[in-house]
Amino acid sequence: SRSQNTLGKGLLTLLSREHLDDDTWEEIEDTLITADVGVAPTQELVERLRTRVRVLGTRTPAELRGLLRAELLTLVDPSLDRVLRTESHEESPAVVMVVGVNGTGKTTTTGKLARVLVADGRSVVLGAADTFRAAAADQLQTWGERVGARTVRGPEGGDPASIAFDAVKEGIAEGADTVLIDTAGRLHTKTGLMDELGKVKRVVEKHGPVDEVLLVLDATTGQNGLVQARVFAEVVDITGIVLTKLDGTAKGGIVIAVQRELGVPVKLIGLGEGADDLAPFEPEAFVDALIGE
Amino acid sequence: MFDTLSDRLAATFKNLRGKGRLSEADIDATMREIRIALLEADVALPVVRAFVASVKQRALGAEVSQALNPAQTVIKIVNEELVGILGGETRRLRFAKQPPTVIMLAGLQGAGKTTLAGKLGRWLKGQGHTPLLVACDLQRPNAVNQLSVVAERAGVAVFAPEPGNGVGDPVKVAQDSIDFARSRQYDIVIVDTAGRLGVDQELMQQAADIRDAVRPDEILFVVDAMIGQDAVNTAEAFRDGVGFDGVVLSKLDGDARGGAALSIVHVTGKQIMFASNGEKLDDFDAFHPDRMASRILGMGDMLSLIEKA
Ligand SMILES: Nc1nc2c(ncn2[C@@H]2O[C@H](COP(=O)(O)OP(=O)(O)OP(=O)(O)O)[C@@H](O)[C@H]2O)c(=O)[nH]1
Ligand SMILES: Nc1nc2c(ncn2[C@@H]2O[C@H](COP(=O)(O)OP(=O)(O)OP(=O)(O)O)[C@@H](O)[C@H]2O)c(=O)[nH]1
Ligand SMILES: [Mg+2]
Ligand SMILES: [Mg+2]
Repeated sequence: SRSQNTLGKGLLTLLSREHLDDDTWEEIEDTLITADVGVAPTQELVERLRTRVRVLGTRTPAELRGLLRAELLTLVDPSLDRVLRTESHEESPAVVMVVGVNGTGKTTTTGKLARVLVADGRSVVLGAADTFRAAAADQLQTWGERVGARTVRGPEGGDPASIAFDAVKEGIAEGADTVLIDTAGRLHTKTGLMDELGKVKRVVEKHGPVDEVLLVLDATTGQNGLVQARVFAEVVDITGIVLTKLDGTAKGGIVIAVQRELGVPVKLIGLGEGADDLAPFEPEAFVDALIGE
Repeated sequence: MFDTLSDRLAATFKNLRGKGRLSEADIDATMREIRIALLEADVALPVVRAFVASVKQRALGAEVSQALNPAQTVIKIVNEELVGILGGETRRLRFAKQPPTVIMLAGLQGAGKTTLAGKLGRWLKGQGHTPLLVACDLQRPNAVNQLSVVAERAGVAVFAPEPGNGVGDPVKVAQDSIDFARSRQYDIVIVDTAGRLGVDQELMQQAADIRDAVRPDEILFVVDAMIGQDAVNTAEAFRDGVGFDGVVLSKLDGDARGGAALSIVHVTGKQIMFASNGEKLDDFDAFHPDRMASRILGMGDMLSLIEKA
C-alpha cells in the first residue's frame, strides 16, 4: 500500500545506514507523525529513545528500530485486559453499547460482533437505538438477518433510550446471551446529543449494569480522535475501543494517545465491510504496521 | 504546554522586540511553532514541509511594522498564504449546456456522501432546479433505502431501480439514470456511490466505470474533516483512480481543526467547494477559506486582530 511504501521506504534507508545520525532520528519522527501518533507523544517517545540509546550505547539503526518497537509496545501495553464481556449473567444477558461519532462504523461493528457471537452458539438481540439517521434501523436489521440475530426497533424519530430499554427487556424475556445496542453517530461537541447518550445508558442500567461500552474510532481519524475519546469516556465511561477501517492505508496511531491518556484498551479492529472482517486487537501486529514492518 | 499557537509564539518571542526586518533566527523560531500547529491540526507532514518552506521564503526580510511584532508579522504571512491556497480560483458548480448536469459523489466509507446528495438536492431545488438522486451504492446494507429517505426529506426525486445489499449493477444504474432523467426532464443528476478505500483497486475501477457511464460535469470528492495524515494518500488515490473536480469537507460542525483541507488542496490542486456542517439537510454552506485558515491555525480572534493591523 501507499503509506506503507512511504513509511517503509524511510525505514529501509534507515536500515541501510550504518550508524545513527540526525536523519535517522528524523525518519523515526516522521514515521510516527505520519501514522497520526501526534506531535507531543512523538516527541516524548523520541526523547525516551534518545535516553535509552545513550544508556545502552545503541549504535545501529537496526538496534534503534528494535528499541522503537519496544517503546511503542510498552505504550500499547500488551498486558491490558482486552477480553470482551459478552457472557450472560445468571438472570440476564450481557449488554454491550456501541458509541462514537458519525460514520465510524458502529452499525457495521455491531453486525460483525453479532456474527462472532452467533457463530459461537450464543443468542443475540440487537437494539436499534439510532432513530435519527435515515434507514439506520433497516441497516442494523439487515445485519441481524445476515448473521442470525433479531433486531428490536422502534419508530423513526422515537426515543433511543426506550428502544434500548426494550431491547434489553426482550433479551431478558427471551433468555438471550447478549444484547448489542447500536447508537446514533454523534459528534462529541453536541451536548444535547451527548446528554441523550448518557440517558440511553442510564435507562438501560435500570435492568442492571452495562457490561461493555465500545467506542468506535475510525483509523483515518487524526488528532481529533483523542478529544472524541475524552468526551465519550466522560459521558458513558467507555470500556473498550474498536479501531475500524484498518484495511486502508491509515495506521490509527491516535489510539496510542487515547490509550495512554484514558487507559482504555483497544479491543477489536475492523478490517473491511464484510461480516467476518472483525478481529481481536493484537498489540504486536499493530505496532509493526505502524512502523511499516 | 501551550494551548494556542499565539500563546506559544508569545513564549517564543518573549525576549524579542519588534523592529526593522525579520531575521532568519526570528523566522526559524516562529516556523518551528507553526510547523507544530499545522501538524496538530492534521495537515499532512509533506504538505507542512512544503508550506513552511514557502512561507519562510516570503517572510525572509519582511518588514516588521509598528503595529505588529515579529511573531505577528510571520503569522500574518502564514495566514495570507493559507487563505491564498485554500481560496485560489474559487468557482461555482459547472452546469451542462445540454441537461442533465451530472454530479458524481465519491469518497471513503462514511465520509458523508449520501447525506451530501440530499443536501445538494435540496439546495439545488431551492434554486429552481429539479434534481434526481441516483442510488449507485448497491453494496452497503440499506444504502438504497437511506438515499430514498434522504431524497424524501429533501423533497426531490430518486432513481433507485435496484434493491442493493449486493444486488444490482451500479454501472448500469448510473447509465440508465441519464435516460431516465432526460425523459422526465430532471435537469440535474446526483450520483451517490458506495464508499471505497483508496487501496481497493476493484472498487476504484467500479467508480471509474460509473464515471465513464455518466460522464459527470462535476465529480466531488467528499472528505471527513476529522481525517488525519492519511488525507494525502486518499486524495491521491481518488485523484488517480476516478479523478475529481472539487472537494467537499464534511462534519465541520465538530471541533476538528481540519488540516486535511490544506493537504488535499495542496496535493491535488482541486478547490474545496462546499462545507457540510451537520446531519440535517440544510447544514450545508459555501466554503470559506478565511474561516478555514483561522480554524487550522487555531487562532480565530488573533487573526482578525492581525488582519486589521
Ligand atoms: N473498509 C472498511 N469499511 C468499514 C469498516 N467498518 C465500517 N465500514 C464502512 O464504513 C461505513 C460506515 O459504517 P457504519 O457502520 O454505517 O457506521 P456508523 O458508525 O454506524 O455510522 P452512523 O450510524 O451514520 O454514525 C460503511 O460504508 C461501512 O461499510 C471497516 O473496518 N473497513
Ligand atoms: N455531524 C455531521 N454528521 C454528518 C455530516 N455529514 C454526514 N454526517 C453523518 O455521517 C454519517 C455518515 O454519513 P453518510 O452520508 O451515510 O456517509 P457516506 O459517505 O454515504 O457513507 P457510506 O455510504 O457508508 O460510505 C451519518 O451519520 C451522517 O448523518 C456533517 O456534516 N456533520
Ligand atoms: Mg450507524
Ligand atoms: Mg452512502
